[in-house]
Amino acid sequence: MLRRRLNRLCGGDEERVDSRTIYVGHRPCPDTEAFIPSKFCDNRIVSSKYTVWNFLPKNLFEQFRRIANFYFLIIFLVQVIVDTPTSPVTSGLPLFFVITVTAIKQGYEDWLRHKADKEVNKYPVTVLEDGRSVKKESEKIKVGDVVEVVEDETFPCDLILLQSSREDGTCFVTTASLDGESNHKTHYTVPDIEKDLQTLTSAIECEQPQPDLYKFVGRMHIYKLEQEPVVRSLGPENLLLKGATLKNTKKIYGVSVYTGMETKMALNYQGKSQKRSAVEKSINAFLLVYLSILISKAVVCTTLKYVWQSKEGQDEPWYNQKTQKEKDTNMYLKMFTDFLSFMVLFNFIIPVSMYVTVEMQKFLGSFFITWDKDFFDPEIQEGALVNTSDLNEELGQVEYVFTDKTGTLTQNNMEFIECCIDGFQYRYRDTQSEVDGFTVTDGPVNKLQQKAGWEKEELFLRALCLCHTVQVKEAGSEVLVDQVDGIDGLLSQPEEERGFIASSPDEIALVKGAMKYGFTFLGLESKSMKIKNRQNDIEEYKLLHVLNFDPVRRRMSVIVQTKSGETLLFCKGADSSIFPRVRPEEVDRIRMHVERNATEGYRTLCVAYKQLSAEEYAMADTGLREARLALQDREEKLMAMYNQVEMGMSLIGATAVEDRLQEEAAETMEALQGAGMKVWVLTGDKMETAKSTCYACRLFQRGTELLELTVRTLEDEKLNSDQKLHELLQEYHNKAVKDAPPVKAGVTRSWSTANQDYGFIIDGATLSLLMNPPHDADASQYKSLFLQICQNCTAVLCCRMAPLQKAQIVKMVKNSQGSPITLSIGDGANDVSMILEAHVGIGIKGKEGRQAVRNSDYAIPKLKHLKKLLLAHGHLYYVRIAHLVQYFFYKNLCFILPQFLYQFFCGYSQQPLYDAAYLTMYNICFTSMPILAYSLLEQHISIEILLHNAALYREIANNAMLRWRPFLYWTVLGIFQGLMFFFGVRFLFSNPALQDNGQVFGNWSYGTIVFTVLVFTVTLKLALDTRHWTWINHFVIWGSLAFYVFFSFFWGGIIWPFLKQQRLYFVFANVLSSVSAWLVIIILILLSLLPEILLVVLRKPRGHHSQQKKQSQSNVGGNQSSQSSARPLLMRTFSDESNSVM
Amino acid sequence: MKNEGKSAQRPDNTAFTQQRLPAWQPILSAGIVIPGFLIIGLAFIGIGIGLFLTSQTIQVQEMDYTGVEKDSPCFRCTIPSNLNCTCEVTFSLSTLFTGPVFFYYGLSNYYQNFRRYGVSKDYNQLTGDTRYFKSRSPEEDCSPYSYDSNNNPIVPCGAIANSIFNDTFELYQIINGTKKQVPLDGRGISWWTDYNIKYRNPSPVNGSLAKAFDGTVKPINWPRPAYELDLTDPNNNGFLNQDFLVWMRRAALPQFRKLYRRITDGDYAAGLPAGNYSLTVHYNYPVLSFDGRKKVVFSNVSWMGGKNNFLGLAYLVVGSLCVVMSVVMLVVYAKFKFSDDDDA
Repeated sequence: MLRRRLNRLCGGDEERVDSRTIYVGHRPCPDTEAFIPSKFCDNRIVSSKYTVWNFLPKNLFEQFRRIANFYFLIIFLVQVIVDTPTSPVTSGLPLFFVITVTAIKQGYEDWLRHKADKEVNKYPVTVLEDGRSVKKESEKIKVGDVVEVVEDETFPCDLILLQSSREDGTCFVTTASLDGESNHKTHYTVPDIEKDLQTLTSAIECEQPQPDLYKFVGRMHIYKLEQEPVVRSLGPENLLLKGATLKNTKKIYGVSVYTGMETKMALNYQGKSQKRSAVEKSINAFLLVYLSILISKAVVCTTLKYVWQSKEGQDEPWYNQKTQKEKDTNMYLKMFTDFLSFMVLFNFIIPVSMYVTVEMQKFLGSFFITWDKDFFDPEIQEGALVNTSDLNEELGQVEYVFTDKTGTLTQNNMEFIECCIDGFQYRYRDTQSEVDGFTVTDGPVNKLQQKAGWEKEELFLRALCLCHTVQVKEAGSEVLVDQVDGIDGLLSQPEEERGFIASSPDEIALVKGAMKYGFTFLGLESKSMKIKNRQNDIEEYKLLHVLNFDPVRRRMSVIVQTKSGETLLFCKGADSSIFPRVRPEEVDRIRMHVERNATEGYRTLCVAYKQLSAEEYAMADTGLREARLALQDREEKLMAMYNQVEMGMSLIGATAVEDRLQEEAAETMEALQGAGMKVWVLTGDKMETAKSTCYACRLFQRGTELLELTVRTLEDEKLNSDQKLHELLQEYHNKAVKDAPPVKAGVTRSWSTANQDYGFIIDGATLSLLMNPPHDADASQYKSLFLQICQNCTAVLCCRMAPLQKAQIVKMVKNSQGSPITLSIGDGANDVSMILEAHVGIGIKGKEGRQAVRNSDYAIPKLKHLKKLLLAHGHLYYVRIAHLVQYFFYKNLCFILPQFLYQFFCGYSQQPLYDAAYLTMYNICFTSMPILAYSLLEQHISIEILLHNAALYREIANNAMLRWRPFLYWTVLGIFQGLMFFFGVRFLFSNPALQDNGQVFGNWSYGTIVFTVLVFTVTLKLALDTRHWTWINHFVIWGSLAFYVFFSFFWGGIIWPFLKQQRLYFVFANVLSSVSAWLVIIILILLSLLPEILLVVLRKPRGHHSQQKKQSQSNVGGNQSSQSSARPLLMRTFSDESNSVM
Repeated sequence: MKNEGKSAQRPDNTAFTQQRLPAWQPILSAGIVIPGFLIIGLAFIGIGIGLFLTSQTIQVQEMDYTGVEKDSPCFRCTIPSNLNCTCEVTFSLSTLFTGPVFFYYGLSNYYQNFRRYGVSKDYNQLTGDTRYFKSRSPEEDCSPYSYDSNNNPIVPCGAIANSIFNDTFELYQIINGTKKQVPLDGRGISWWTDYNIKYRNPSPVNGSLAKAFDGTVKPINWPRPAYELDLTDPNNNGFLNQDFLVWMRRAALPQFRKLYRRITDGDYAAGLPAGNYSLTVHYNYPVLSFDGRKKVVFSNVSWMGGKNNFLGLAYLVVGSLCVVMSVVMLVVYAKFKFSDDDDA
């Protein structure tokens, strides 16, 4: 939508050009032949959907695109056009109500958007024009304007930073409103820009607008008098995005490059795709069944009508002759209108109100998640967040849980644990009061209390101090604690007086780790880094280049120059990416430490360095600069250059940082597995680290046999990796699928099982090999083998995953046989893709920014809350909505069935059995509130038991309450009751003299008796199903019945003005004056409910019994789990290698 | 998004928001259900016996007088050309038919519940609103019984009024060969609200009801206009005629009976004594064209209305079903209880 509007606003011809040229301050540049002010769109933001005059048609059009609304509109139109048994009001009124309420809601939301747009568009900004500052409205900014922004203001459009009030030409921004990351990010001015912006003559060439927030390539030509123009590259670090806020910087100037709907923020403003729950699909399937019931009823009646009429004298008895017009009408047209009339008569079988009730239930029901105080986290002062209420019941249907590791299973609260320098292990101990706080805990292989050389130690610590992108929090700020994404680390000790800002918590942990050993990072000022060494001397290094971290390279480097003129490159990164780049003989000494640390669940990083000679540096420098300036394929060129520079380094050491498990992570995982869910861990982390986390979370257990499919297992043999992959897949498949005894569906893990548990491990590289094998033909075979193995494993670990691969896995499982319901949970930007891909996406309000939360369907503060969200809330929501749906279909079936049967007794003349008021009010007033209350409050099993006994979750797995069997049960019940109602009263009316004064009852009395039985029966049926009677349930159930009685008296008690007929006048009162009517009402209600009561009673003793048993069982499990969860991660001392098949 | 504001602060710790409202959790345990079923069953059996016995005490004398068979007394009246035909149906009662006796006429295969037939009336006319005598509120509702061939408006219009049941009956007790007329009471046979509130006559013009109907014609099938429906009782004319009102209340099923008269007066207040009776039928109403049947029913009523065995039988069946089920449940429960003990 936005794109289309964008094209309209900006003209389509621009699309063809790859880049745009912007003249700063609209000043023409010398070497451009002709200054053509190209047209760009203005800075107006339009997020609203409607305008005043197109609201009505557009909104109505959109509403009637919904099938249900359209169906009701058709019914309404038929009623208006054709002479139908019921007045158009009966279906028009509810439809009008629904449409109006929706229109008002959407109109209000759009009005809010208009208001917000206006606020943004009219915001005053300062623009530099001809040396003067001019105040303007934000929407008037044009591309090329130089805009001034002061501290704490948001940028009105995408700007290239030209000048900052800070000396070093940087400025800080937070992008909290864009991607939710509230940490401060540093942006840089374009170098070589004159101080006086008025004389600046330059042109910016940059790419066309694109939505990626983190990508920008451009080039700036700066023209100086009498000089060759200078060309400077522009990257995302020069671009200030609209919506971001300026921080810690007094004032900046920037030239606008993208405005209005072309800003990255506007391009990113896209509605999430709608997720539909399985329940909705079931509803649609049932709807089709009911639609066919409806149509077949109408067809049956129409056919029988004409069969019946063919009999002599039936068609047109003398007492009921047809008008001339009717006689003249074509027979087939009459048949068609008869068919339509029957459709209208029976259309109540698909009620408008069901949609309203389902929507209301979902909307109101979701409040219970937000309100739940168990989800409230005192640390971040927030509770759960519901972004969509459409998926509440899906929470009760989850079969696969995909979880991120870092920040989800673990806290992402890093602590420096130990390091290893040149093969010697160092572990910091607070208790020991050594001067340097640097102790050796245990040595390398020979176990000698030995230390590495002094130089090596210092070099390593300097590397830690220099190789990062951490910033020191300004001295001026009052809070001197380390800050990661706006969350103050509460654990920071007061003596650590320095606050750090970084994009990753690992970096802070490392810098602080170095600080403990005596090397303190003081800050970065105008390209020079200052550190305080152990002798309390200040060392200064000139920062030449930063080779940024990225998840593909999995390492970062800095190139610094020492005071003495030496040029050094420090690199830190994952072992897999460092080891190939250092001398092999160094690796062996450190690898052992790294691997041991990894198995203990620590995050390990290796540190390497290299001394660059002057020529090497010169080469690297030019290469890097060139790559940065490239307009095309800059990423690739940079990557190649980085790889070239980071070669032949020497390894100095490794670090281990602990990432603690989330609270109750193990219990949560255990509960999820107990509930029959398969838990997959998808992480970008190393296999060893991830594996140990899995052990700690008890996803893998001591007895679990691990099936490993990683690069390591593939390279072992002489075969090439593809063949090996095939072989391994087959082997695992035999082991896990074929040899495994057939497992009963739904039972994945029992307490004393003889079955072997399997865990599966795969890494990213192998996965991509598996997904895209060299021979295309194998792809589907591999996939199905893989899926089959995974389905038989209790837990699956996928490590070294790129974000897109995570989504790929989710998608593969989602589309596998039986299309299981998947849930993704994660906290970081890298989890967004899988959160969006899964049926239900859960965001954790963690430390890695808010992006996951924004894209999620539900957000919770902690992993442990997932247990209650699924086991209690999800279970209850599912049961509630499933019951709601089934009940709605049932109650309308037994509502309309008597009306259908009545056609057989009234010559198929479409005579309604019930009065129009009853037809209209049945779904709106008489029977709507009890089911709504039920669907909001029912707890057939209390929350405590649900939480204690995870296995209860399995009882509703696979959409158990909305399968065809229960649907058939409800339908049969509805048919049985409908037959009871109709024929019970039919036999009573074989003698219509039912009063003790001998007077007779007519057709409306008949209908009223049936209707009374109906209302009481369906309400009492719900009462029978209600296991949890709060005062609200009592109120609405008894209130609805009382209201029905009251309404009937009222409706029949008054001669209604303006009404064509008074057919119900005193009918209800007359019915109640008859003892026989009372007796028949009572017996029919009882008879209709009898099978239901019987079923409840006969089922009860067993259900109750098993429930108690389960409860006691779960208590045992509960104790056990609370015991073992207390053990921290490092207690896992046994070697997991022994369990691995390789 | 809307929920964001709420989550910003600590959620309310109320029983409602935490889904911890005090609740009654009914458990239909065997201890309640088995005696419950037994009690309900016994009560139903009791009611059923009462109903059945009551129904048995109700006397009914039912006679089909359509005249389909050649030897039936009214056969000659079925010939359409035979106008103003009268026939006589005789019957005898062996015991006293206790009063008050209600006299019904019954029709079969007669669809008063046709939809078109049902709407074919003008309610505004029937409330005595003379504005609607000349025009109709929804014009097409009454057609083709809205205007006669000369385009004069028919009042009351519509199919229901036009097709009013117009057989009349006289009942005689034959005492020693002489006929003694049994007085039939036509009052109170329609609903009280119909007669007193729902239907209204037009206000008489110059004291004459007939004048109020000026400019209108009677329904085609009617022998006399509405204001002359009952020549014996001036208060039983116009729309407020008891027979008319009884007819206007449409029957629910194609086989129905309607109250014709009550026998409450004079010598017969206590009922019809045993003996021979003769019913004189003024046979006007054609039903054979649509294969219909006509009958007369004499019945007395009890507190449950007319004779109807269905209700009593239904109560007996459901009641015994409940008792049987309580026994079955007792067996099932005992079995489960034992298995429970085994487990423990």
